[in-house]
Amino acid sequence: MDIKSLEDRFEAKIAAGESIEPKDWMPEKYRKTHIRQISQHAHSEIVGMLPEGNWITRAPSLRRKVALLAKVQDEAGHGLYLYSAAETLGITRDEMTEQLLSGKAKYSSIFNYPTLTWADIGAIGWLVDGAAIINQVMLTRTSFGPYARAMVRICKEESFHQRQGYEIMLTLCNGTPEQKAMAQDALNRWWWPSLMMFGPRDAESPHTEQSMKWKIKRKTNDDLRQQFVDITKPQADILGISIPDENLKWNEASGHYDFGAIDWDEFWQVVNGNGQCNKDRISAKQKAWDEGAWVRAAAVAHAEKKANKKQKLSA
Amino acid sequence: MDQSRYEYLLLLGDNSMILGHRLSELCGHGPSLETDIALTNISLDLFGQVRSYFQYAAELKGDAATEDSIAFTRFDRDYRNAILVEQPNEDFAHVIVRQFLFDSFHLPLLEQLVNSRDETIAAIAAKSIKESRYHLRFSSEWVKRLGDGTEESHQRTQAALDHLYPYLHEVYNESPIEKEMKKAGIGADLATVEAISRNTIEDVLTESTLMLPKIEPRMVRGKQGIHSEHMGFILSDLQYMQRAYPNMQW
Ligand SMILES: [Fe+2]
Ligand SMILES: [Fe+2]
Ligand SMILES: [Fe+2]
Repeated sequence: MDIKSLEDRFEAKIAAGESIEPKDWMPEKYRKTHIRQISQHAHSEIVGMLPEGNWITRAPSLRRKVALLAKVQDEAGHGLYLYSAAETLGITRDEMTEQLLSGKAKYSSIFNYPTLTWADIGAIGWLVDGAAIINQVMLTRTSFGPYARAMVRICKEESFHQRQGYEIMLTLCNGTPEQKAMAQDALNRWWWPSLMMFGPRDAESPHTEQSMKWKIKRKTNDDLRQQFVDITKPQADILGISIPDENLKWNEASGHYDFGAIDWDEFWQVVNGNGQCNKDRISAKQKAWDEGAWVRAAAVAHAEKKANKKQKLSA
Repeated sequence: MDQSRYEYLLLLGDNSMILGHRLSELCGHGPSLETDIALTNISLDLFGQVRSYFQYAAELKGDAATEDSIAFTRFDRDYRNAILVEQPNEDFAHVIVRQFLFDSFHLPLLEQLVNSRDETIAAIAAKSIKESRYHLRFSSEWVKRLGDGTEESHQRTQAALDHLYPYLHEVYNESPIEKEMKKAGIGADLATVEAISRNTIEDVLTESTLMLPKIEPRMVRGKQGIHSEHMGFILSDLQYMQRAYPNMQW
């Protein structure tokens, strides 16, 4: 079959809402876009373990410690699952890791902000996992089969994380004045970076049109961001803490909340490597990777020795 | 309050807690995603055991004690864990060898505690035994992999063994509380535990091409609350929130 008819068949499949599987023919650009997006998502899960991991040894109670350990471990599982989905497109996990460490591959900018208090663990669960879910629920219907299926599984755990984070915030807000102040401070610091998680405004988002056409995305960045604000504002009201945006108001006519301008300069600064923790995050992953080299080599060597012994025995 | 039984629970719980803490420091920093997940799993199991032991200890103590007040608000000298589990995560070989030595002891210990005359302890042991069996399998496999892997992994693992093995002796040494609990049919007989543990170690080391260090046991008394200099820093992390914000709900 010539390229043109392959392309036509591919487009027809997409139009009919059928899923694309790894063995199916796909345009090179579709493959590349998915490798980029899925590996970026996987890296976000993995780098995201660091700011939260920062509070495991200091968690305030045994119950919270166990929950946080389990959460961070879930994120490792998400990373693993997503790396496997990307591998079906012809890239190895090691290659993806190298791309993360070299800076060629990106991860979600939100994880370049520091976790300074215990309330940050609550705020991350509530806001960051909350924002991730909105994005990921949409991705459960994305056109590439392995990615969509990974999302179904991951979304269940993310919504558990979100509830858990909100519950931490609720406990703080019902606690002492110090605890409530800690919660407010965390909201102040995490609110705007959370809004930035949905990416640039539609007008400045270069990939959006093609992504919508291929049904990689089914909603635009701005639509998803609005959805997040609409869901989150009433939750902040229940907590009794205030979102740090004086322009945040209910708009009767649109049926949505209006909100203030995002500092896109800050967003691009962080994306381009100048956030507070960009360097720390990559250094931590680099260190683990370098220090793990002899361990990975030992595992390979041992497996080879074992295989050789077996061969000798059966010969 | 049954003071001896209470202290015996601390002894059991503190080992799991401090080892779990050391493992939890590694979360996100492991040599591979798979080992990261596995070590976190072990940490989670250990903290699960800690909660069971300390909930029971809190019950015995009364006086508004909770699992958290027991875990987080004692002073250094009141922790009863062995020095072995305090040892830092020097490298992956140290992590694995520390785990393996502890598991070789922990599994036969639990196998005895299953028959404890104290029903709660027996129930906790019964639940923990499956976990411990898995931990021992995991750590043994890795000792073999590292011991009989590359030149470098062999050297590192032997070095970790030389460092950690002399601390192992302490866990076999019967403290007065352990003696009393054994006599009461509540605690384990450490002589039996030691024999099984030593067997396991010998078998695994042989397969790993590693040597049992010919080093005298170190004179350490963690079980009596004389800890290493690492312990104060472990507790600074562990207790930080409870100390900085006392008497709050989290
Ligand atoms: Fe996740
Ligand atoms: Fe995610
Ligand atoms: Fe999550």
